[in-house]
Formats: sequence, structure tokens, C-alpha cells
Amino acid sequence: MVDALQIQVNGQPRDCWSGSTVGDLLRELEITTERVAVELNLEILDRKDFELRNLKQGDRVEILSFIGGGSLAGDGKGTN
Amino acid sequence: MYDDRLVIAGREFKSRLWVGTGKYKDFAETRKAIEVSGADVVTVAVRRVNITDRSKENLLDFIDPKKYTILPNTAGCYTVEDAVRYARLARAAGVSDLVKLEVLGDEKTLFPDTAGLIEAAKILIKEGFIVLPYTNDDPIVAKKLVDIGCPAVMPLAAPIGSGLGIRNPYNLKIIMETVKVPIIVDAGVGTASDAALAMEYGADAVLMNTAIAGAKDPIAMAEAMKYAVHAGRLAYKAGRIPRKLYATASSPIEGML
Repeated sequence: MVDALQIQVNGQPRDCWSGSTVGDLLRELEITTERVAVELNLEILDRKDFELRNLKQGDRVEILSFIGGGSLAGDGKGTN
Repeated sequence: MYDDRLVIAGREFKSRLWVGTGKYKDFAETRKAIEVSGADVVTVAVRRVNITDRSKENLLDFIDPKKYTILPNTAGCYTVEDAVRYARLARAAGVSDLVKLEVLGDEKTLFPDTAGLIEAAKILIKEGFIVLPYTNDDPIVAKKLVDIGCPAVMPLAAPIGSGLGIRNPYNLKIIMETVKVPIIVDAGVGTASDAALAMEYGADAVLMNTAIAGAKDPIAMAEAMKYAVHAGRLAYKAGRIPRKLYATASSPIEGML
């Protein structure tokens, strides 16, 4: 039997299977690995490590990409 | 005019108008405004991917990184640690080593925290980043930024999004005389004349977002800004006449009745 893990992705709780990698998570979220950055427990991952890094219970994953912005952008609060 | 290229850290830029990509109605408008502006450098921010709604379109599907230089910023960062973290994330997301570095001091003015800016710039330059710092109109800070290895400086004209135009033209002029790297006037431009003026003073480029995106007709303003920056640059190169208190006739007196 495969165990389920609880992780946090972009601040939200999420379940994933034990043994799954960061690459698996990205595919599950339908995120193409091009032009995203992934931080695993505050460590920025190399793209080539996405398939090598296994997720563990309690891991905090941040997935970031580019959005429209001048300054202080993204939330509509202000740009330059 | 296109022989008059801007070169920063060995990279050549055709356009002296750089634009931000925030605050537009949608991506189609963003793309159109950028196209019309003629800008070849566009700034973007780094944020969490929306994982709950994957139907959302991606900005870089609309702005081709092969056609434009994508300049990620560290907008919204108030500490050295945050700014460095966002710069590293931007690089990891795979565009380039370029970063428009912002370390903001306060939410009301969005003025740069220049002490933090210098500290963050040092860290990033050591890591191989090409740091373009968003800074105050302070010549001493500009010089320090250049001394630590910034290949250009980006002093503000006025607070971000304020549209006040150039608040301190004399400081900008001193910066232009003090440092030997390109000066990109960043933030605070309100309308075309502000951009033209910045270029007439001798700025090497102007970066703006709100002045275009916030205009009633952003596409028309994008076009106005293109001409303003171009005209200002031409006027600067042409060399303006000195200001004098009294008139000088332009028609000869000789031959009059």
C-alpha cells in the first residue's frame, strides 16, 4: 500500500503519494516546467533536480512564475 | 536613430523606452501596448503560480521572450533577504541573469531603501547577476551602486505610480554627470512631456508602467511615449540652445525700409 503525504503547495495543504517527486507534483498540477521556479523548504531547486527530489511529509513547496508587473505588481495595488 | 543603441553589460537595446507589464486590462492589451510602444525591454514580477485555477493564461504566452528582453523585478520586497530570494527565483525560472532590483523602504512612498539596495546588490553581483537597481535620485547612492558593479542605475523621477513627473531634475543631472554608466529614469512619469524631458536631460532610457497602463487609452499613450522618448533623445543629441532672458531676432535687420 502506498502512503499519502501531507504537504503545503503555495501555502495550501495538499495530499500526494509517498515517493512522488517535485516533477510529479508539477505534472499533477498541469504546470509545464518551463519558466517556473520551485522552492522546496526554502531551497531553490535546479530544474534538472525536479525529477530527483522526492516529497516528504510536511514539505513546503513554492511554485512561482512571471506575472505582469512594473513595481509592486501582481495584486493591483500599484505599479510604476 | 536605431544606430543610437543603448548598451548595458554588453547587451544591446534598440529601444530607449522600457515598459512594465502590470495593471493592464488583460494580456491582449498588455501585448498591444508593448508592441505599439516599440519597447524591447519589459519588466515582469515573480509571483506564486495559481494552482487552483490552471485555466489562467500565462503572461509569457503573450510576450515572446525571444522578441523581448524580459527583466524580472523584485517588486514588493521590503527586505534584503526577500529581494535576494526573489531575484534568485527569477533566475531559476529561467529567463536570464538580469534583475531589476528593488528594495522598498515604505508602503506609502515606495521609495527605495537605499542601504538595503546596496547590500542586496552586492550579494547578487557576487552571484553573477546583472543588477539594475531601482534607486532614489541621490547621486551619492548612484555612485556607490556603480562602484559595487551595477552596469546601469535606475533613479526614480517621482514615487511609483504617482505620475508627478521629474521632481528633482537637478539631482538627475548630477547623477548623469557623476556616473559613467547608462541612467534609466524609472517611475513617476505621468505623460509624454515627462518622458521627453527625462531624455532631454540626458537619460539613456525611461522605464514606465502606470503612465501607459493607467491612461484612458493605454495603446494611444504607448504610442505617445514612443515618440516622446524618441524626440527627447534626438533633442538631447542635437543640443538645445541656451536660455536667455531677452529676445534675439531671427530675421535680419539689414534690408529693412
